[in-house]
Amino acid sequence: MPRAWVFGDDLDTDQMVPGRYAPFMVGQDTFQNYAFCDARPGFAKDVRPGDILIGGENFGCGSSREYAVAALKKLGVGGIVAKNFARIFFRNCINLGIPVVESADAVSLAKDGDDVTLDLGAAVLRTPRGNATIRPLAPFAQEILSAGGVVRYLAAHGDFPSVE
Amino acid sequence: MRAGDLVIVPISRVMVHDSVIDAVMAGLRDLGKEKVWDAAKVGVFVDHAAPAPTPVVADSHRVLREWVRAQGIQTFYDAGEGVCHQIMVEEGYCEPGTVIVGSDSHSNSYGAVGSFGAGMGATDIAVALALGRTWLRVPESIKVTFRGALRPGITMKDAIMRVVREIGTDGARYACVEFHGAGDLPQGDRITLAGMTTEMGAKAGIVVGTPEAPAWLRPDPDASYMRTVHVDLSTLEPQIAIPPRVDQVSDVSQAIGIPVDIVFLGSCTNGRLVDMQQAAAVLRGRRISPRVRLEVVPASRRQFEDAMADGTLGILSAAGAVIGSSGCGPCLGRTGGVLAAQEVCFSTANRNYKGRMGSPDASIYLGSPYVAAVVALTGVIDDPRPYLEASDADFDALVARRRADRGDRGAASERSGDRSRELVMAMPQRKGPQVIGMDQED
Ligand code: SF4
Repeated sequence: MPRAWVFGDDLDTDQMVPGRYAPFMVGQDTFQNYAFCDARPGFAKDVRPGDILIGGENFGCGSSREYAVAALKKLGVGGIVAKNFARIFFRNCINLGIPVVESADAVSLAKDGDDVTLDLGAAVLRTPRGNATIRPLAPFAQEILSAGGVVRYLAAHGDFPSVE
Repeated sequence: MRAGDLVIVPISRVMVHDSVIDAVMAGLRDLGKEKVWDAAKVGVFVDHAAPAPTPVVADSHRVLREWVRAQGIQTFYDAGEGVCHQIMVEEGYCEPGTVIVGSDSHSNSYGAVGSFGAGMGATDIAVALALGRTWLRVPESIKVTFRGALRPGITMKDAIMRVVREIGTDGARYACVEFHGAGDLPQGDRITLAGMTTEMGAKAGIVVGTPEAPAWLRPDPDASYMRTVHVDLSTLEPQIAIPPRVDQVSDVSQAIGIPVDIVFLGSCTNGRLVDMQQAAAVLRGRRISPRVRLEVVPASRRQFEDAMADGTLGILSAAGAVIGSSGCGPCLGRTGGVLAAQEVCFSTANRNYKGRMGSPDASIYLGSPYVAAVVALTGVIDDPRPYLEASDADFDALVARRRADRGDRGAASERSGDRSRELVMAMPQRKGPQVIGMDQED
């Protein structure tokens, strides 16, 4: 069962992967081992595929570094639920195929280590203390996500989804 | 087209910098694209970790250079040429009224000349390079209006920090920040403004009415804004950001006496000739505090050479500064003077997150070049204005007093850290009552 990793407001990408551990600095195969190394020591070792990150306001603010998201992808993070997201981080997640959804109450319902289920179809995050409501994604983003990211989408369709 | 609409737009230029090249190349490969859509519209920069600090980085730069040659990209600036954003603007690569996407989050800087510059991640950049198009959600706008004239010793860095203080790190999320009353400022000041809209979460920042922009490029007279902020420059005080948040901003008067170990003068925010001249105005003929290191990194080779030609760099070097090669330098903690745990830095750049410039246990204050110079001289944070106004004798007495007050405090001093917490506790809440010198509408 996926577990919850709960963070606060304004979690910046420098905390997800500090610049000194960029793939560019430590190599393409190791940077994910430094995910949250200062902010949540042990995360990279303990996180399991499918686990859900939960946060407050402005999740993923700061630098545009996509490798912060790439690290989470490599570690198998199954989705991120926050009150709202910084814009570059949001795009990076959609592009790399990590579901990112907004929820006003997830961060107060879920506790660290809870067993949780992200049910995009029913638009809820199930937690031991009840269901948090999720704001559905725009169809444009949904199409890219269901293809597994923008590169796969474009490889299959040759162009962006329709914006109509 | 209205705010909130999704649109697919053509791009006039793509900016790519060194740290993301591996991911960009992988993205293009996965897209099945051998060539970028138009090599003449791509600019590539080696600036974030340059010259290479480690063999891994050196190898990545080598791969980057090969890729640039294979693609036939002519607009290529190698290590030592400067920060991507400074070069993009000063060398005229930013066409006003067009959409430019860049791999670095401070690509908002291109709004200094009226371009819609947006920072994106590596995969978005790979897609833009492949298609020459990107998707955007049309942003809402925030209107920031400046009026009045700056007093001596105050800069547009103080003005934008005052705006960040008001709007907060996420107050402009997904929005475009429009600056009114700043079009006539020197280009460098406009880069400081547009670039730091990133610190408010903005998608783009645009200075209205710049000399570079064509007449048609102006806001609709009946445009609606999600928020309006006025800043009276004539009553502005020097501003500093208190670690570890860029929107924890206070007047410098609240922070006088905080000991600092290292000063960084540089970055795309404040690494231009005028910034170095402001520091030199304080440091001319004097030596920095023996308790402080001063690192000066010009934002570009052009700024470097101008500062050599007019003697500014000579003054700074004679004062004890280390002069770094043009580029990002220590701004992001990869090259040239990273911070040790417990060290306190005063930086003219734009970010002070934990770990930004090295150890996560270092602290970073942000402010203007004038404040940075006074910190370098005295070893503590202080208001630069008394120094700029003082006679030589009074000046030396002020410096001696501050140095004596500082004593042995500094790196590893608990008091430095405590003081920043005290300052934050004493701060008024952002959405609280109006602050003198700034009123808000909407
Ligand atoms: S100088 Fe600093 S803020 Fe500017 S592009 Fe370089 S790393 Fe980013």
